[in-house]
Amino acid sequence: MTSKQKGWKEVPIAGVCWTPTTDYLTGDWRTFKPVLDREKCTKCLLCYVYCPDGAIEWKRKEEEIEFNYKYCKGCGICANECTQEAIKMVLE
Amino acid sequence: MASEWKFTIKDLAEKPELFMPGHRACAGCGPAVAYRQILKAARGPIIATNATGCMEVVSTIYPYTAWRIPYIHTAFENVAANAAGIETALKVMKRKGRLKHDHVDVVAFAGDGGTYDIGIQALSGAVERGHDFLFVLYDNEAYMNTGIQRSGGTPHGAWTTTSPAGRVIPGKPEYKKPIADIMVAHGIPYVATASPAYWRDLIIKTRKGLEVEGPAFLHALAPCPRGWRYDTGKTIEMARLAVETCVFPLWEAVDGEYSLSAPSKVIALKPERRKPVREYLKVQGRFRHLFTPEFEHVIGEIEQIVDKRWSMLLKKCGMA
Amino acid sequence: MKRKMALAKQTILALSGDEAVAYAVKQSDVDLVAAYPITPQTIIVERFSEYVHDGEVDTEFMCAESEHSALTACLAAAAAGARTFTASASAGLALMHEILYVTAGCRAPVVMAIVNRALSAPINIHCDHADSMVERDASWIQIYVENSQEAYDSTIQAFKIAEDPDILLPAMVMLDAFFLSHTLESVNVLPNEAVLKFVGTRKIPLVRSHEDKLVPFKLDPENPLTMGPLDLYDYYFEHKRQQEEAMQRAPQTIKQVHDEYGKISGRRYGNGLVDPYRLEDAEIATICVGSTAGTTKTVVDQLRAKGVKAGLLRLRTYRPFPSQDITKAVGNVKAIAVMDRSHSFGAHGSPIFHELRHVLYDAQTHPQVVNYIYGLGGRDMPQTLIHEIYKDLQKIVKTKRVEKPVQFIGVRE
Repeated sequence: MTSKQKGWKEVPIAGVCWTPTTDYLTGDWRTFKPVLDREKCTKCLLCYVYCPDGAIEWKRKEEEIEFNYKYCKGCGICANECTQEAIKMVLE
Repeated sequence: MASEWKFTIKDLAEKPELFMPGHRACAGCGPAVAYRQILKAARGPIIATNATGCMEVVSTIYPYTAWRIPYIHTAFENVAANAAGIETALKVMKRKGRLKHDHVDVVAFAGDGGTYDIGIQALSGAVERGHDFLFVLYDNEAYMNTGIQRSGGTPHGAWTTTSPAGRVIPGKPEYKKPIADIMVAHGIPYVATASPAYWRDLIIKTRKGLEVEGPAFLHALAPCPRGWRYDTGKTIEMARLAVETCVFPLWEAVDGEYSLSAPSKVIALKPERRKPVREYLKVQGRFRHLFTPEFEHVIGEIEQIVDKRWSMLLKKCGMA
Repeated sequence: MKRKMALAKQTILALSGDEAVAYAVKQSDVDLVAAYPITPQTIIVERFSEYVHDGEVDTEFMCAESEHSALTACLAAAAAGARTFTASASAGLALMHEILYVTAGCRAPVVMAIVNRALSAPINIHCDHADSMVERDASWIQIYVENSQEAYDSTIQAFKIAEDPDILLPAMVMLDAFFLSHTLESVNVLPNEAVLKFVGTRKIPLVRSHEDKLVPFKLDPENPLTMGPLDLYDYYFEHKRQQEEAMQRAPQTIKQVHDEYGKISGRRYGNGLVDPYRLEDAEIATICVGSTAGTTKTVVDQLRAKGVKAGLLRLRTYRPFPSQDITKAVGNVKAIAVMDRSHSFGAHGSPIFHELRHVLYDAQTHPQVVNYIYGLGGRDMPQTLIHEIYKDLQKIVKTKRVEKPVQFIGVRE
């Protein structure tokens, strides 16, 4: 999670950031995990558009929703908003 | 043209996440939802600037950054001046042949702190000068980043740490500053209110704001589970209820002419669809203290102000 | 012959200090000037807006709604790759205070002219160095000028110093309120092409971004990067250390730019960092910044005519503080009076006094160093008072004793 700490001679000037947040796995924050019942899923993608973390991906080729558990914080918005009750928050 | 832009939610899903995952917003963060939706409206090269606040902090904890686009943060009260500087620099550099893009959008993000209160001077100045940029207010109705202190955007009666629900004074005595109306009064070409629950409306409005030449202001309601005291999963529900109860109506003002947006228009045309303000207050811990015999009258005050502002809005939209 | 040909053909114009600064900015291919008026800087912005409205410059002039926003706009524009300039004084500079640090922290090479004016309260519009002295910790390069000619020269040099990829620190050029800002002088100005060639276009260094590429250090959709993040206690210290390193490199750059400029203009001010006057064999000397140096030179000449070994050291560059050059210049002087046009209330003396004594602490020889606080709020510093100071210094040398190390001079008891 934390990279080896750089000294002042190494860091870019002006505090320019040198790592994307995708290297920071917020998935270990959660207590509850969303689980998808694919049979109920109508692929409306509302869960995708309401996720604060972009932790739900639309796999175009497979035409499936994919939860990215590396980042999912388990907030439960997706489960709450799913009109088909296809997502359940499960204690991890 | 935003009005002609046809897109499906799957089209959005294929656009890159300009606000990357791995940021450290709280679980269920309303502003984070708003940011993701807003950035889906990006139409080309874009530069963002953010005021100090929740989203600035969670998205750029050194050395990590959630921004896939060029981004700068300088201070709390000056994001509009940032945008003004960037927009002007781009203009001059293009004129002098030092810019390879034909046009770059500039968007300034700020919370209610950096907009209503400490940020209003820079905002007013920047729009008076007519800079071509979009200012996005993500309104979580308090200074959330510093620990839920009240702001000019905090609604009447709400508990915050500097307007606590005390024995004598129940929450915030003052009312929510009508910031979007203030922006319309500045005579800018485009002002709109939006809610992340109505994602299509929000995204189209963002696109309109980017397209318009000159200053545009987008007031996005952004519920906060921590500060409003509700369970993290209910953020979108809050954002929806706010509109359904007319606490936060959705509208736009194009060159000063108001018009209601579909979700609020429906209620104007069919008032029976409107939900009672109480329903909105009941589900948030920050209003819990009002549901007591002693302070129930405050609910009445809230209902009154909501109704008054709603009817004023209807008049402005020609739907009285 | 070769040296004569390198000198650009200059024109003499009657310009006040403010006008000289505006003229320098006009010639330096600045992209954005964002400013808010404050007496006595107003003429800079007024004159410059005339240039803009008359189409004489290709620069955007932003009438900011406050100094805080003015500097912010310059900073953000510089971050986007533009060359920017602003000017202020007194309360305006004080209002910018927060952003001064941010500008330096973002390594934005903004150039700013400060017309030194007193801070309120009571409100006073006249010459005083309090406004810029208090900002000496903000990590800006600080240059104090003696006359309008130097104001013109230094403004042009400031762009080149600040934009140097090894420096990338903002720079402020100080000129005294009214004594310089509003007083007409003959100023030699270089031809436009010479200034343009001297300042060139902004060189933008490369920096490593979050995409793990080396990209130009500017806001560009082609190569996105994030500026102005939140540092926790694990990296802030390193970022500040970097800034100090840039300051340590600055004297070299300042001298270089000063020298290069000297080649095309024929004008030099000492070595760019310190400007000694008849100091080589001086036994007594004063040290100061700004226009008082001009008056003091006259006094020094008068004393020298009488056989007194008097001298003057004018500090041109205040940040970075040119410790070595100062020690070298005054090392053999027996008694030094530091004249400060500002004061640190409650301290033992004033800023320049502090820094000078401190630097001489490590020197081989320790001259007597005393402090005279003068001229606050525009109180005139005439030759008579300066003569008194030199007389005090002579007494100190003779008696080898200092009665009062810190004194106010020119104030009515």
